[in-house]
Amino acid sequence: MTTTPLTDELAPALAAEEAGDPFTIAGETFTSRLVLGTGGLPSMDSLERVVRASGTQLVTVALRRVEAVAGNSMMQVLDRVGVRLLPNTAGCRTAREAVRTAELAREAFGTDWVKLEVIGDEQTLLPDAVELLDAAEQLVLKGFKVFAYTTDDPVLGRRLEDAGCAAVMPLGSPIGSGLGIRNPHSISLLREMVTVPVVLDAGIGTASDAALAMELGCDAVLLASAVTRARDPERMALAMRQAVEGGRLARGAGRIPRRFHAQESTATAGRPEL
Amino acid sequence: MNVTVNGSPVDLAEDATVADLVAQRSSGHDRVAVACNGDVVPRSTWAATRLSPGDAVEVLAPTAGG
Repeated sequence: MTTTPLTDELAPALAAEEAGDPFTIAGETFTSRLVLGTGGLPSMDSLERVVRASGTQLVTVALRRVEAVAGNSMMQVLDRVGVRLLPNTAGCRTAREAVRTAELAREAFGTDWVKLEVIGDEQTLLPDAVELLDAAEQLVLKGFKVFAYTTDDPVLGRRLEDAGCAAVMPLGSPIGSGLGIRNPHSISLLREMVTVPVVLDAGIGTASDAALAMELGCDAVLLASAVTRARDPERMALAMRQAVEGGRLARGAGRIPRRFHAQESTATAGRPEL
Repeated sequence: MNVTVNGSPVDLAEDATVADLVAQRSSGHDRVAVACNGDVVPRSTWAATRLSPGDAVEVLAPTAGG
C-alpha cells in the first residue's frame, strides 16, 4: 500500500486500513482473510510463490499414506513461509472416519484445528449433513477447534454453531467446480443467523466470486482450485488477495441500493438550455 | 509376523514395535502419524507399542490438500 498519504485528513483512515482489519477465528487473529488450500499445484516451488502472492496466513493440508507422498518438501515450504496449518479430513465419508482422521492430523501437525469435511456423494462431493454434525459434536468434545465445511443451509449452520464449531464454512458451489456462489441469499442469511466466523469455502472460480463472498458479509474466503489450477496460479493468488480485500472494503463502505430505473449523478439544477 | 501396513501385507520381526515400522517406512518424512486398527498411536508411545499379528497399521504423512 502507499506510504504517502493523499491528504492529512485521509491519513488516519489509510493508516487504519494499512494496520489491517484483523479477523479472529478460534482465538487467533489474522490480517489476511484469505485461507488457501494447497492441493493441485505442480511443484513445491510454485506452492511457495503462490502462498507468498496470496498473502495468506492460514493454509489447509492433508494426510495420506506415506508411500503416496513425495517427501516433506511441502512442510519445509510452509514452515519457511510461516503460515498456520489447518489440516483437513478430505475424503472422509463417515463421522467415525473423520474423527479418526482429525485425531491423526492433531498428532502429525500438532494443532487441534481441523477443517471438518464429511462427504456424502462421490460426484458432487457435497457434505453429508448428518455425519458432519455428528463428527462436529464428537470433535468439539475432544477439544478440537472445528471449521465445518457445510452446505449453504443457514439452519444447519446454526446447528453447527450450537455444536461448538469455531467457524462455519458454507460452500458457494461444489468443490473444484468453479461455479461461484449459486445462492448468495443463503450465504447472507447464514451470515445473519450465526455469530461465529463464516468462511466461504468451495466453488470460487475467479476473483469476482471471492469479492462477492466478502460483500455478502463472509469473514473470510477459503479457496484452492481457483488458484492452483489457474493457468498462472501466482497471478491468480494475487487477484484473490485483492478481491478479498476489495470485497471486504466494499462491505464496510455500504453498497448503494439497487434501483429499477436510473438516478442521475450530475445535478439537474443549473443545466443550461442550449 | 504378518501385519497389514497401508493396505498391503508385510512380514515383520516378532518383536517389532511401531517405532521400528515407522523407521522402516517413512524415511524422508517428518510429522508422521500412525493408526493401529483404527486408533491413533501417539508418537510418545511408538517405541513401547509392540505390533501383533494381524494388526492393520496406517502410516501417514503430510501432503497438499484443499
